[in-house]
Amino acid sequence: MTFTPIDKAARATPPAMARRIRGLSDRTIAWIFVAPSIFLLLAVNIFPLIWTIRLSFTNFRVNRPNNDVEWVGLRNYQRILTDEGTWATMQATAHFLIWTIVLQVLIGFALAFLINKKFRGNDLWTTIIVFPMMLSPAVVGNFWTFLYQPQIGLFNYVVAFFTGADPASFSMIGDVMLAPWAIVIADTWMWTPFVMLICLAGLRSIPNSIYEAAECDRASKWRQFWTITIPMVLPFLMLAVLFRGIENFKMFDLVVQLTGGGPGNTTTLTSIDLKREAFEKWRTGYSSAYAVILFVTVFGLASIYVKALNKVKER
Amino acid sequence: MSGFFNGLARFRRGPWELVASVLIALGVVMLMQPFFLVLYTYSFIVTLIGTVMFIITSHFPE
Repeated sequence: MTFTPIDKAARATPPAMARRIRGLSDRTIAWIFVAPSIFLLLAVNIFPLIWTIRLSFTNFRVNRPNNDVEWVGLRNYQRILTDEGTWATMQATAHFLIWTIVLQVLIGFALAFLINKKFRGNDLWTTIIVFPMMLSPAVVGNFWTFLYQPQIGLFNYVVAFFTGADPASFSMIGDVMLAPWAIVIADTWMWTPFVMLICLAGLRSIPNSIYEAAECDRASKWRQFWTITIPMVLPFLMLAVLFRGIENFKMFDLVVQLTGGGPGNTTTLTSIDLKREAFEKWRTGYSSAYAVILFVTVFGLASIYVKALNKVKER
Repeated sequence: MSGFFNGLARFRRGPWELVASVLIALGVVMLMQPFFLVLYTYSFIVTLIGTVMFIITSHFPE
């Protein structure tokens, strides 16, 4: 008589435990398997969120653990929402968010459209284009600071070549007007390949038969692009925008390495400001309220976006 | 238009989700606009109402 591994495991189980397990329903066993994950999720995600909301109503400072913690009600929220400095960081974030998404979607889609055509060296070009995405944001920030150097930076020389301006006459990182664009360019350079890959997946999922049918109906290339390509790639594009939107709302490392939030506060994004409040000024209660405001904003935006995405997919 | 108001009166998901979405979008625009501080001040409460409304109304019947 041969025993399967399951039989062997059943025979190896002590009789007392076997009796107990036999008495459990499938539902209970399923809960036993799922419980560790749920516990971990509650401990790592839900508990810190609830704790942060609680702290946001207090004047707690984590560097003064022995001080009395006072309940301050909505005072932290009131301070944040009437502070002009915080308002300016929101505007800097909006500028960064809007322009990076617009540029990354346009360039990413254009690159995907080109890469989707069959040509010699297609795979090599895909690898070269995807390369920036594989780098660490800190590394990208570091070498873009060199590229932006007014004296030796390649970026200034390229701009000078096309415009005829003196390369040393402007500083992308040091100028109040140019610094917000410096972080937009660096982030676009780094993350456009990500959008390109998602768009490429969308383009490759379109069956050729649809284009063939359109050819039979004598539809022009332009019409095929607007009535076949764009509608079928749209869910993928929306997904890319969702991912990049959430990521860029939290953007920290690249910008810190590149500009450090300066000059002045022109490139201080909300995540940088939040980190300063929490870990430089040690205003834990205040920064908790700040984090709650950002969380509600991102959560709200993501909710309506996912709803729109589902509607597009249903069409 | 009357269908929209009927849906609101009968607690249907579609129109209520639309109202919640408009509130969220309005709140985010108010938060990030560079023109009026007073809009920025009230942006969070508008976004919060919209988000909570969205969570509740997504459980309404179709």
